Amino acid sequence: MEEVMSKKERISRYVVLCLLSVFILTPFVLGLWTSFLPTADISSGSLFSTHISLDNYVNAMKNTAIIRYLLNSLVISVLTTAFQLIFCSMSAYAFVFLKFRGRNFLFGLFLATMMLPFEAEVIPNFATMRQLNLLNTYSVMVVPFLTSAFGTFMLRQNFKQIPAELKEASDVCGLSHWKFYTKVTLPYAKISLLTLASYSFLSSWNQYLWPMLTTFSDKYRPVQDGLRQLQSQETFNDWGMIQASAAIVVIPTLIVLFIGQKSFKSGINEGAVK
Amino acid sequence: MEQVDQKKSLSQQLHDKASKISIGYDIEAHDKHYALLFLGPSLLILSVFVFYPMIKTVWMSFFLTNSLGKPTVFVGLQNYIDLFTSSAYLNSMKATFIYVLFVSILTIVLGLLLAQTASSKLKGIGFFRTAFSSTMGVSVSVAAIFWLFIFNPSVGLVNKIAEFLHLPVVNWLTQPGWAMFAIIVSTVWMNLGFTFLILFGALQSVPVTLYEAARIAGVSKRYQFFNITIPMISPTLFFAAIITLIDAFKSFGLIDMMTAGGPNNTTNLLVYRIYQDAFLNGNYALASTESVVLAIIIAVFTLIQFKFLEKKVTY
Repeated sequence: MEEVMSKKERISRYVVLCLLSVFILTPFVLGLWTSFLPTADISSGSLFSTHISLDNYVNAMKNTAIIRYLLNSLVISVLTTAFQLIFCSMSAYAFVFLKFRGRNFLFGLFLATMMLPFEAEVIPNFATMRQLNLLNTYSVMVVPFLTSAFGTFMLRQNFKQIPAELKEASDVCGLSHWKFYTKVTLPYAKISLLTLASYSFLSSWNQYLWPMLTTFSDKYRPVQDGLRQLQSQETFNDWGMIQASAAIVVIPTLIVLFIGQKSFKSGINEGAVK
Repeated sequence: MEQVDQKKSLSQQLHDKASKISIGYDIEAHDKHYALLFLGPSLLILSVFVFYPMIKTVWMSFFLTNSLGKPTVFVGLQNYIDLFTSSAYLNSMKATFIYVLFVSILTIVLGLLLAQTASSKLKGIGFFRTAFSSTMGVSVSVAAIFWLFIFNPSVGLVNKIAEFLHLPVVNWLTQPGWAMFAIIVSTVWMNLGFTFLILFGALQSVPVTLYEAARIAGVSKRYQFFNITIPMISPTLFFAAIITLIDAFKSFGLIDMMTAGGPNNTTNLLVYRIYQDAFLNGNYALASTESVVLAIIIAVFTLIQFKFLEKKVTY
């Protein structure tokens, strides 16, 4: 929209933009600001203080396992993402380039799983994990999510765009499926793989219910449930420290978001269109 | 686009035929081993953690269970009858639908407003775009902490503003009605970053020539918005709406941290109730039945989404 806006129109746009920004940014700003204030001042209802310091951050790192939670989440999300990239791309490859009996049926089955919410299956999954003796480990949060039907579906759509001539040529050259998969398919689908990676990482990072049911110690607890734990333990409402912990969690993801925004934006739109 | 697809599928067909003729069944036998290799891991994981649990959940919904979650007595559809005659459950269902409805509508309307205003070419617009997408980087527990503080009755911002304006002070999270309001606001806020990003992307892809033509024809801004913008981005709009809706049905984290289903179960939504019945009350049969109902609801909306995507892909 290249049209020239009148001054009045421009001002009214800025007003709307500012109002919306206030709604979006207030929770961040307030959270960040109070993380620098002494809890005593916050509890007295004052949002202004002369004692601005990093004490809450020092406290959070010393007295809570917040850094451990972050590391746990990092381990879990990285593992989940890596395996999803491998297994989803492999199954997508099978659905596009391999001919075998029952292919359509199996693909239908994959699609069907996309309709089933994990939340509706936690009871048997919890029992399975208890039987496998995997409760309260990293595995319990990684193993059920090693692959995903959504990821398979998304990559399949992308693999289908690989020119058939490419496959024919490689068949003529006697390239095996494994070679075609690693040397042609994966490099071709780089952007979709990146999109899937960010999607899997975020979903894993945001897991809440499942880790809450299956982890009982700080050693394995991921960050979402770590914060939940802190918030419910702090019966004295140590707001300063809680806000500092939240800031420690949110600042890295915000930085990643802002840096990766350009590629991520185009990736999401690509995913949305498919 | 369509032509390319046709060409591709044609050459694919030819290729299929050629390989069948020249090598016969070999290729299929050969591919079978590869299929096992490529598909095996995913199939195993999905079988253990998706197919089996779904069948098991449906199975358990026809039984009574003991405290260990083992099925004891077959009761047929009795669990379903009990569920749909229980006023507590029906209230949960009603609360969930209200929550889902408000969350979806507000998320889409506000997301569109954000995307539309952020599309204007103004100085410093980059700052606003970044700001609008920022909640995408916020995970559920962080969002819960931010909003718990804002809605806190004694030190929270909302009551401070209310005091300043001489309005009555409210116990936001412990008063029926207001608690629902609070979790709806928090959920919408959390959703906005993602919704803004995809709607903004869609707006950028509307051909500028359409607006130019409209301007030359002297069409009003309002008319442009409803007759060009909305129809052009309707596929993405629909996609965003249904994703938001499905996500809202699965809401758990914010409720767990902000209200724990209270007060008086007014925010005890479907997933939270499953969690309570299974893991706090040990009634696995009832929780399984509730899980099946949830799965059906979500399956219906996902099917609608598939149908729609299918249409779009073939187009």
